[in-house]
Amino acid sequence: MNPLMRGMTQPRTRRDVFRLAGFSAAGLALAACGVQGQKAAPPKADAVADYWAKQRKNGKVVFANWPEYMPEDKGPLEKFKQDTGIAYEYKEVIQENAEFFGKADPVLRAGQPLGYDIVVMTNGIQLQHMIELGYAVPLDHAKLPNFQANAGQKYKERAYDPGNKYTVPYTSGVTGIAYNTELVKEEITSIESLFDPKYKGKVGMMADAQEIANFGMIALGVDPEKSSEADWRKAGEKLKAQRDAGIVRKYYDQSYIDAVAKGDVYLTMAWSGDVFQRQLAGEPVKFVVPAEGGTIWTDNMLIPKGAANPVDALMLMDYLYQPAIAAELDEYIQYVTPVPAVQDLLREKAKTAKGEDKKALEDMVDSPLMFPSESDYAKLRNYTPLTTQQEQVFNPIFQSITQA
Amino acid sequence: MRRLTPYLLALPSWMWLAIFLVVPMVAMASVSLQTGNAIDGYAMTFSFSNYGDAIGRYSTQLLRSLLYGGLATLAMLVIGYPVAYWIAFKGGTRKSMYLFLLLLPFFVSFVLRTISWNFLLSDNGILLGTLKGWGLLPADFHVLATTFAVIGGLTYNFLPFMILPIYVALERVDPRVVEAAQDLYATRAAAFRRVVLPLSLPGVFAGVLMTFVPATADPINAAILGGTSNTMIGNIIQTEYLTNLDYPTASALSFTLMAVLLVGIFVYARALGTENVLEAAAR
Amino acid sequence: MRGTRAGDRLLHIYTWLIIAWLSSPIAVMILFGFNDKQSKSNTTWQGFTLRWYAELFDIPDLTTALVNSLVIALVSTAVTVAIGTMLGLALGRHRFRGKGVTNFLVFAAISTPELVMGASLLSLFVSGNVPRDANTIIIAHVLFSLAFVVVTVRARVVGLDPSLEEAARDLGATAWGTFRQVTLPAIMPGVLAGAMLSFALSVDDYVVTSFVNGSTVTFPLWIVGAVKTGIPAQVNVMGTLIFGIGVLIAIGNAVAARRRA
Repeated sequence: MNPLMRGMTQPRTRRDVFRLAGFSAAGLALAACGVQGQKAAPPKADAVADYWAKQRKNGKVVFANWPEYMPEDKGPLEKFKQDTGIAYEYKEVIQENAEFFGKADPVLRAGQPLGYDIVVMTNGIQLQHMIELGYAVPLDHAKLPNFQANAGQKYKERAYDPGNKYTVPYTSGVTGIAYNTELVKEEITSIESLFDPKYKGKVGMMADAQEIANFGMIALGVDPEKSSEADWRKAGEKLKAQRDAGIVRKYYDQSYIDAVAKGDVYLTMAWSGDVFQRQLAGEPVKFVVPAEGGTIWTDNMLIPKGAANPVDALMLMDYLYQPAIAAELDEYIQYVTPVPAVQDLLREKAKTAKGEDKKALEDMVDSPLMFPSESDYAKLRNYTPLTTQQEQVFNPIFQSITQA
Repeated sequence: MRRLTPYLLALPSWMWLAIFLVVPMVAMASVSLQTGNAIDGYAMTFSFSNYGDAIGRYSTQLLRSLLYGGLATLAMLVIGYPVAYWIAFKGGTRKSMYLFLLLLPFFVSFVLRTISWNFLLSDNGILLGTLKGWGLLPADFHVLATTFAVIGGLTYNFLPFMILPIYVALERVDPRVVEAAQDLYATRAAAFRRVVLPLSLPGVFAGVLMTFVPATADPINAAILGGTSNTMIGNIIQTEYLTNLDYPTASALSFTLMAVLLVGIFVYARALGTENVLEAAAR
Repeated sequence: MRGTRAGDRLLHIYTWLIIAWLSSPIAVMILFGFNDKQSKSNTTWQGFTLRWYAELFDIPDLTTALVNSLVIALVSTAVTVAIGTMLGLALGRHRFRGKGVTNFLVFAAISTPELVMGASLLSLFVSGNVPRDANTIIIAHVLFSLAFVVVTVRARVVGLDPSLEEAARDLGATAWGTFRQVTLPAIMPGVLAGAMLSFALSVDDYVVTSFVNGSTVTFPLWIVGAVKTGIPAQVNVMGTLIFGIGVLIAIGNAVAARRRA
């Protein structure tokens, strides 16, 4: 029977015939577009053990990270090299999660290595895709003693990667509200202020679907991590009403921070690290975790599929969890560290430091934006964990608001 | 030999375009007809309804993009033509200097230009704040996050791409021809309309092609300068591709955009009095 | 014609105003290269310093990115101008089979959204197992600037009087001699304009480059990544130097042209 006939009589294979026809019609070119399925089966425990049993330390590691995420002298990496004899290559090749995933996807889909042993990605849609597509190597926790000992509890219970199966945090931040203290005459404490008609045209919201969804849900008293489709729709309605009432000036990317510091918006959704930098620069901005709750985001280290030096990568990941090393990193990056012991170490350092250094260290140690208080931590929620199918419902609800 | 000349001249570009443009475009065409999802994969189903769905969902943004692109192009033509005219006829030995100065700001990263514009144009910043202080503007006046800002941003960012080709076309016109025309016709305006304008049309065509098309597809200006209802089709393509991993929708939208632009350029070429769009640019 | 003179003077002023408008954000960029900033963000004036000039090359990855960008822009501009000028000549002057298709491809190259171009080029390279590095960036940059050079050169070529070239050939000049001594000077303004556009497109590209760069980082890529934590002032200084060198070249060019005249 020729393929076409079979296709007509057996509906199940029709797709394949059309696929074949498509391939021959488009000729060679189609090789370029193969978007095959990659659904990852959940790793079996012994498969993980087998994988790691086969890997050996190779004496080198390639670390792909964002710019300005490592001190200029590469201190932590140099110490790692001295202590372990593992040479490192450090590459500042990640600019955006979306673009990075867009670039990694076809390479990993084709079964080719990315050329990096560690990459850093923010929790969110792209990281979920990495995990779901099997692009992240499951970690061997027997080789992560420092992580076990030193990571804060909050960083071990993340909804996007329960049990840190694939990722460990590199650095973190809080999503809350920032307001311009010269223009807002009251103390902002509630998320409802973002929806207050009093600030019509002076409110900034984030363009990212998950960030804005989180705040819509928190405003409705829903924990995003445990939310349902009905919750998303209700949150969507609340956010749409906020937009239609003219309360929102703009759905911002990171440029919200300029807008609030200069007074283009009076208050806005904000990331803690940005606000801390503006405060250091003397700009009139204040950050609060709303009483109803905020969210915690994390940049995570993971080992991409096909990495050449996974053992060395794992050793480096764990090495960065030594409090002294974590302190050195955090002093430079000035975000929230996943290692709580860093606060005391920096406090000690501040005591012996002099002049400007002392002042800078004291600013850091005392700032709730770098070291959130227990009560702030208690208010922080996780993002909604989404499967691809759920995403197809979730994304349009919020994108139709931010991208009208 | 002479008969072979055009083929030899075109050969390197043909190879480049065939390998690096045509092959990916055929691939994109095929993706635009597939169905599935990012995790299970996309399969060819000749799903032409992808186009209908995509256009149905995003017709607002598509039409808005054409409007913004068209208005920005018009603004560029009006602003840029006199500059090109003056440099071509009166620039003297400094012609290339002027052109270079016009382009120089674009050698520096768009991120820096954007940050600077945000600084200059903020609601109470160096420009608006001062004008408001003098009582020349109402207190709640703002430029950023408006339709005007998006169109202005497009105009700013593509202006050199309008000026340069018009200059290139005008520069070959002998100034003595213009003087003679000015003697011949009663007014400067008539001389311009009868002699200079027709000679500059290839440049105008090139300029419009090089600005209208990329301005309409541009995702950056709307994202940075727009408000809550200024999203353009370029932003949608970006979101569908990078965030939703909906490659078929992104490809279908891209092709739709290209087709609409082609029609737009065709209509425009007809308006310029050219029969065949593909020949239009060569006239 | 006194009215004419006044009109010219007005247009002269107008041209400088447009240049000033286009350059106004550059002025802010230059200013903040001297900002004595105390945190990672560089948006509030906090006093004058020359520190960033002294520490210009203290961020090795940024320096590498700048060098990469300049080299890539120069190479891709050279290639684009060479092959684009040839095609522009062919389209503007000759009739040949495939001209319509070629015109269409040139149009398609301009109208393909950057993202689609970048993503499909990456798929092509991945399926051909071509490693992504500076070479693939150059390939991509030539692809998207090619059409701009072709269109600009063509706008110059059409309407040029072919009789000069015929005369040259009648006088016994070789084809190459005719091209070099007659055609090229006549189309030179178009070629130069195309080269400038092509350089600007290459040196400032983000989207396409971000797909095909492998682990090679360019200046715009590094800056976009650095936005996350705050752009270091060295970036402003480097922008200032690019701009300054450009202004010097522009002035030098004008002086040289005056000497020749």
